Amino acid sequence: MKAPEFTYERPTEISEALAIIAQDAHEKAFLAGGQSLLPMMNFRLAAPKTLIDLGGLKDLKEIVAVEDGLRIGATVTYSELGASALVSEFSQVFDSVLPHIAHSAIRNRGTIGGSVALADPAAEMPAVLIALGASVELASQRGTRFVPADEFFHGLYLTERSDDELVLSVFIPNSSRSLSTGFYELARRHGDYAIAGVCISDDSRPSGSFNAPKVVLFGVSDRPLRAKSVEESLVGVARNDTRKIRSASEALSDLVFDSDLHNSQDTKQRLASVCVRRALEAM
Amino acid sequence: MGQTKKIKVMVNGERIERDVAVRTNLSDFLRNDLGLTGTHVGCEHGVCGACTVRVNGQTVRSCLMLAVQVDDLEVTTIEGLADTGPVSALRDAFLKRNALQCGYCTPGMLASAVEYIEKIGEPDRKKIREHLSGNYCRCTGYQSIVDAICDVIQVGTEK
Amino acid sequence: MTGVKFDFDKPTKLIGQPEARLDAKRLLHGRGRFVDDIQLPRMLHAYFIRSPIAHGKIVSINTSGAMDADGVVNVFTGKDLENVVEPYVGVLSHLAGLRSPPQAPVAIDCVKWQGEPVAVVLAHSRAQAEDAAELIEIEYDELPAVVDMEKALDESCPLIHAGYDSNLAWQRTVDVGDVSSAFSNPDNFVVKKRFKFGRHTGVTLEPRTSIAEYDPSDDQLTVWYSGQAPHMMQFIFAKHLGLLEENVRVISQDVGGSFGIKVHTYGDEVAVAAIAKLLGRPIKFTADRYESFMSDIHARDHVVDARMAISASGQIVGLEFDDVTGIGPYSMYPRTSAIEANQVLNLTGAPYVIPNYRATSKVVFQNKNLMCQYRAVGHPIAMAICDCLLEEAAAHIQMDPVEVRRINLMADNSYPRTSASGMKLDELSHQAALNKLIEMMDYNSLRADQLEQRKDGVFRGIGFVSMVEVTNPSPMFYGIGGAPIASQDGATVRLDAGGGIHVSSSVTEQGQGTNAILAQIVADVLGVDLARVKVTTGDTKTTPYGGGTWASRGAGIGGEAALLAANALKEQILDAASVILQAKPSELDIKNGQVVDAKTFVEKMNLSDLARTVYYRGNELPDEAKPELVATRHYRVTDAPFVFTNGAMAAHVEVDIETGFVKVLDFWAVEDCGRVINPLLVDEQIRGGVVQGIGGALYEECLYSDEGQLLNTSLADYLVPMASEMPDIHVAHIETPTKSSVLGAKGAGEAGTGGAPAAVMNAVNDALRHLGVTIYQMPMTPERILSALAETKTDN
Repeated sequence: MKAPEFTYERPTEISEALAIIAQDAHEKAFLAGGQSLLPMMNFRLAAPKTLIDLGGLKDLKEIVAVEDGLRIGATVTYSELGASALVSEFSQVFDSVLPHIAHSAIRNRGTIGGSVALADPAAEMPAVLIALGASVELASQRGTRFVPADEFFHGLYLTERSDDELVLSVFIPNSSRSLSTGFYELARRHGDYAIAGVCISDDSRPSGSFNAPKVVLFGVSDRPLRAKSVEESLVGVARNDTRKIRSASEALSDLVFDSDLHNSQDTKQRLASVCVRRALEAM
Repeated sequence: MGQTKKIKVMVNGERIERDVAVRTNLSDFLRNDLGLTGTHVGCEHGVCGACTVRVNGQTVRSCLMLAVQVDDLEVTTIEGLADTGPVSALRDAFLKRNALQCGYCTPGMLASAVEYIEKIGEPDRKKIREHLSGNYCRCTGYQSIVDAICDVIQVGTEK
Repeated sequence: MTGVKFDFDKPTKLIGQPEARLDAKRLLHGRGRFVDDIQLPRMLHAYFIRSPIAHGKIVSINTSGAMDADGVVNVFTGKDLENVVEPYVGVLSHLAGLRSPPQAPVAIDCVKWQGEPVAVVLAHSRAQAEDAAELIEIEYDELPAVVDMEKALDESCPLIHAGYDSNLAWQRTVDVGDVSSAFSNPDNFVVKKRFKFGRHTGVTLEPRTSIAEYDPSDDQLTVWYSGQAPHMMQFIFAKHLGLLEENVRVISQDVGGSFGIKVHTYGDEVAVAAIAKLLGRPIKFTADRYESFMSDIHARDHVVDARMAISASGQIVGLEFDDVTGIGPYSMYPRTSAIEANQVLNLTGAPYVIPNYRATSKVVFQNKNLMCQYRAVGHPIAMAICDCLLEEAAAHIQMDPVEVRRINLMADNSYPRTSASGMKLDELSHQAALNKLIEMMDYNSLRADQLEQRKDGVFRGIGFVSMVEVTNPSPMFYGIGGAPIASQDGATVRLDAGGGIHVSSSVTEQGQGTNAILAQIVADVLGVDLARVKVTTGDTKTTPYGGGTWASRGAGIGGEAALLAANALKEQILDAASVILQAKPSELDIKNGQVVDAKTFVEKMNLSDLARTVYYRGNELPDEAKPELVATRHYRVTDAPFVFTNGAMAAHVEVDIETGFVKVLDFWAVEDCGRVINPLLVDEQIRGGVVQGIGGALYEECLYSDEGQLLNTSLADYLVPMASEMPDIHVAHIETPTKSSVLGAKGAGEAGTGGAPAAVMNAVNDALRHLGVTIYQMPMTPERILSALAETKTDN
């Protein structure tokens, strides 16, 4: 199980990386942490002709507080996220989520930008970013743009990113500081991809009830799913009203769930509902 | 053999300069090019943890890194884990608890155990089990490994 | 059993002590030597192209593109090897009626499972071989695949093998007593269940690996082989490649887990040896994880319709079941794929007094990967059938599961006797083991906790198993049926000039600690320091002839051979010492590496002086003295087909009825493996076995599509137990040494895997039964538990 041949580039400037990807972009791939891309290449499920290693781009490794929020460079690793006081200050959700992402040795290499760009539907980070109202900063020789996380994920390994675009950063707005968040996932074994999970945010601190919750499921479809009916049912519900929370968490019939190797669509829906309720009850 | 690239890397304290095929992953480089066969390969897709080594002090899956990615970095394998401090204590405790059978997972398991002691260091069985959850052992049942790590932490605390 | 007398209670005893495994230090320093660590000059790497379909004719293979690829030396197809390798047939004469057609290592005209080798690329690196494999064009004419074993015998089902009238490989019925009356008697309660046991596989962390090197100058084949049975493989390579056995050397050094996976003949290894012979240069094959899942043998995969009749007072009156198991397209060579079914027939109900017993097993061909013996062959199925029906029956008559066992388990003083199926049983301790288990787990408190927790919607369950394990097999297991599998093992023990002891043994080390216990036994017998005993295993050139590691026999059989050989060496040493010291041998003994006065323990001479005298200064000895300081002994079990062991285990689980997740909170095992040579090693064998058993009960399953495609071929999709989810496992022993040997050791390596699944299944059902739900399918996945719960809701 060896990766096929490729050529290897290690740019030291973002402009250089963008120049390399500008030509024949569909045959090239950016290498960030490599924790998903390299196994896919070892299985020969992915065979880019050129790998562009982002390890030399220092700008992508930074976590910076800017005027309207927090800019997390694309190649910041999960371990670095977990160690950052700045990140914790912006949202407690990272501290809840990170221990569930694979294992220490993977978190030491795996990056936030890589997770976003890959868009594995079972990954936690896309759902977290949607819940936080984050956006993804993309750059190409054609220019730079910000795409809201809510609009970024299109399907299984499909995103708004064009082949020639590089994820520069993930931007978390200042508004996320005042969100309360909930997180729950079900994985057969610690660190496995979840068979169902949810990340929830809401600016509900002042009133004691849910105001404008965002409920984002993962691991149950080909992309992170906003559970809009759940969100609507929750508006105005007191956070300690377990009966209404239970009923809201069952409002999933507007969504289409995908089965996986071990679980049917029905099971996925049922487990998603449990995750939603448990996450809500813990908020 | 396709594109090659010259890399300079400090492996177990020894400065190494090699031309390496860019597609060669770190585990194959260590095993086949440098003869450091203590790093074991169990799955080549980053799940089993047998190939865990330290790069610049952090554990990584050496099957999920290219050799060219360790250019200018420091790599420590089981052969280079200093036989002092927590590593030595872990080896003694693994022996005393019989925390290995076939020994195939052991180099990766030790790398993770050292990381746990350095980063977390609590004699908490649940936390230890969680930290080891990316290291697959088919022989022991894990309990003796947890016991050994607890032993080392407790002795360290008593000192 | 010989007339050797041995004192196991002497103050200096080593047997029974928790000695650390000295050879584990090497592994802790990364200095193991696994086969893939070896690089030989001129070595090539083999990569197998495997069939992507479950069943089809090979129309054409075009290798020209690959032949021209970078680094490629040659490409072989099945036809290219046809005249080099004699095909093999996995049947044994004592399994009457078992049939399987000849099998070639690389498919010739037809592929019969997804994963079957079709061509082999030889290149300078594995990566180059994989690159070239993509250039090979193979055209198949796909045939309908027989996937569902329950339909394999239907008349409408396509036949896998031309010339066979059906897809049946073997069947056998055991019929004892009057089963029909037991079930028709209206005074008896009858419970009936359909059990399903998923396919799983061994997942050795080190994949199968071999290097074959052929030297045409003296027709010598050397194979470094990550496996369990070097002498068996020596025979097989010789026979199928047309070599003399003495010209084949098989070396098995460090092996990264085996669990039965590495005791079979795989086409891959045979093809590699054949190609080494053809090319005259070393060939390495290391399975990657993907091909391990598709080509390592699978195990279990049984569907069993079973029923038990029990009297109102809780006595088992009858047990009856029909088992069907799918084994893939061939019976595996040379152990066959019928042994697991045979074990199920033989072992089910073995702990209990069951007067009426009828069981049938049908072994069928199908287009899936081959099935064969994996750790605890047949045991998890046999134990689950009886012990899960028993707890179900006990629930019906509102009897405690412990009480119902006390009523039905054979009395500890009732041996020798036979099991329901007619197996000879002796020296078992079911009742004592159960009593010890109950005490260890604080059963009454757990029951009280269960009721308390239930009030809060927390569903916990306690489940038991009383089990037997087949260990120390005699020639009745394989040899009788014509297999090249030795049931005896040998040990040679030698005193060297420096005073150290060298042991070489035909049992092999797979990490279970064989080398350590051999050293421990020999050091104990000889009265020398453990560190002075060095052990060699796993080399047909240097060890005595024997069977290797399988069926939990290393300690019981290999250990006994070592004890007998060490004892013989001790007699030789004392004979030589008596000449040198002018004393009678009976007046002398050995302590701490010194020949001593047997009564006063006064030191007379150290072993090194003695050996140097014999080896260097023979002039000091009288001419008629012809001392030998090396002894070899072999041992086989003669008084029974197997030496059964027994154990009692319990699982404590919590079932989350909203998610179907099962958490194993605790696990207890009491095992009677006869004399415990090293509790440190035995306990970890039991624990590791239990964890594999929990894997089978809750996690592990090879999933196939309707077309025969294996769907989970990565470690991310095939779930093995990891540290976080596993409980601490409490182990205790009862020691009933077997009288069939001096050492008295029985096996222990498979007990946990054999017993744990039934205990976990019983615990899950104990947690759910009050809701009207039970589950009899392994693995008990969240989805299956949720489905069972949903069915009940619908029923209500």
